[in-house]
Amino acid sequence: MKHIFTSADEAVSQIQDGATIMVGGFGLVGIPEQLILALEEKGVKDLTVISNNCGIDDWGLGLLLRKKQIKKIIASYVGENKEFERQVLSGEIEVELTPQGTLAERIRAGGAGIPAFYTPAGVGTIISDGKEVRNFNGKDYVLETALKADFSIIRAVKADHLGNLIYNKTAQNFNPIMAAAGEVTIAEVEEIVETGMLDPNMIQSPSIYIQSMLQAKQEKKIERLTVR
Amino acid sequence: MTLSNRERIAIRAEKEIEHENYVNLGIGMPTLVANYISPDKTVILQSENGLLGIGPYPTEDQVDPDLINAGKETITTIPGSSFFTSAESFAMIRGGHIDVAILGGMEVSENGDLANWMIPGKMIKGMGGAMDLVHGAKKIIVIMDHVSKDGSPKIKKECSLPLTGKGVVNKIITERALIEVTSRGLELKEVFEGYSIQDVLQSTEATLIVEDVKLSVSL
Repeated sequence: MKHIFTSADEAVSQIQDGATIMVGGFGLVGIPEQLILALEEKGVKDLTVISNNCGIDDWGLGLLLRKKQIKKIIASYVGENKEFERQVLSGEIEVELTPQGTLAERIRAGGAGIPAFYTPAGVGTIISDGKEVRNFNGKDYVLETALKADFSIIRAVKADHLGNLIYNKTAQNFNPIMAAAGEVTIAEVEEIVETGMLDPNMIQSPSIYIQSMLQAKQEKKIERLTVR
Repeated sequence: MTLSNRERIAIRAEKEIEHENYVNLGIGMPTLVANYISPDKTVILQSENGLLGIGPYPTEDQVDPDLINAGKETITTIPGSSFFTSAESFAMIRGGHIDVAILGGMEVSENGDLANWMIPGKMIKGMGGAMDLVHGAKKIIVIMDHVSKDGSPKIKKECSLPLTGKGVVNKIITERALIEVTSRGLELKEVFEGYSIQDVLQSTEATLIVEDVKLSVSL
């Protein structure tokens, strides 16, 4: 049985200034909404954040940006956020841009005990500057290192009490690989059911990766509502 | 109704997609290609945020906030679609399983280098999945305007902007021409209605091999 927090504030109480955290989601889809709000409320500072994006001005990781809680971000695309732009230009925040597939694989490797790997992405571009490039079978590849985090905060649609997780549609994205790469992984889940109620065939993150959970309702804000 | 250049380019790009291809369409102009996929073809569209089988945009009732494409637009899925993690998504991209990727471009060079992610001095937004895609898909097609807003060529001897990938482009489609990147260099293959070979050569900085060109191809 994994610990189930009764509040988001309690869930983030272990996260201290200077921590490295992975935050699940792609855009605003699949982000752990209440845990991010609680981090903003708690006011932890000097965070290193690993996440594909950095939210929008008034939601998701944008909330932590606005309060200058992020010291460094490792991401693949951060173009939706004006405050972010301002902090980059003024040097208040350090940014490490990583090709999205490399970011995903660095996280996967971190959770899978692989310290580094070679990938073709970024070879011959500024991304490979200062990194080892090696030729395999006539093609160049760049060495990229694994990423791990003190805490991973992720979101799932369903869990059992043991911490087995199921995700919803494209809200899966980076969440399962971050679950494995966090020293401590806190899953924010829409619904927690009795252990044994989930079909083992359907489990997307086995419970071994999850240390604790929070059941919370999600607002699920839409970044670009597009209809026919 | 006259079509815009963007639509005409998208229509021509669609002809590069074959029946039962798995295809990734980049954000912006490439996304338009989806509107013109022939009903005779079954095409599976990949979205790098973790979906194979993108469907049409939803009706108001169908909108699901947990279902978006890589451009963060709400979408639907087709029957037979599947969801997966970001790591799996890029494993299938780098692993060479995607048949065609259609991407936008800022500059393409004579040897197929692509620049499409960053303009020095302007705010850097990030490369997203473009640097992975250009190394993984079997065929990389760049669609873009032939010249930039100030009229300067975008198909150049060397890219002046920071690269997305080196020697990665297979085909370039603009409103003026279709150009193939081959081991011999850039071969002009089609010139579109309204333009002459001379027009294309004058608006291209890179050297074009002009041997076997279809003229006045209508889009």
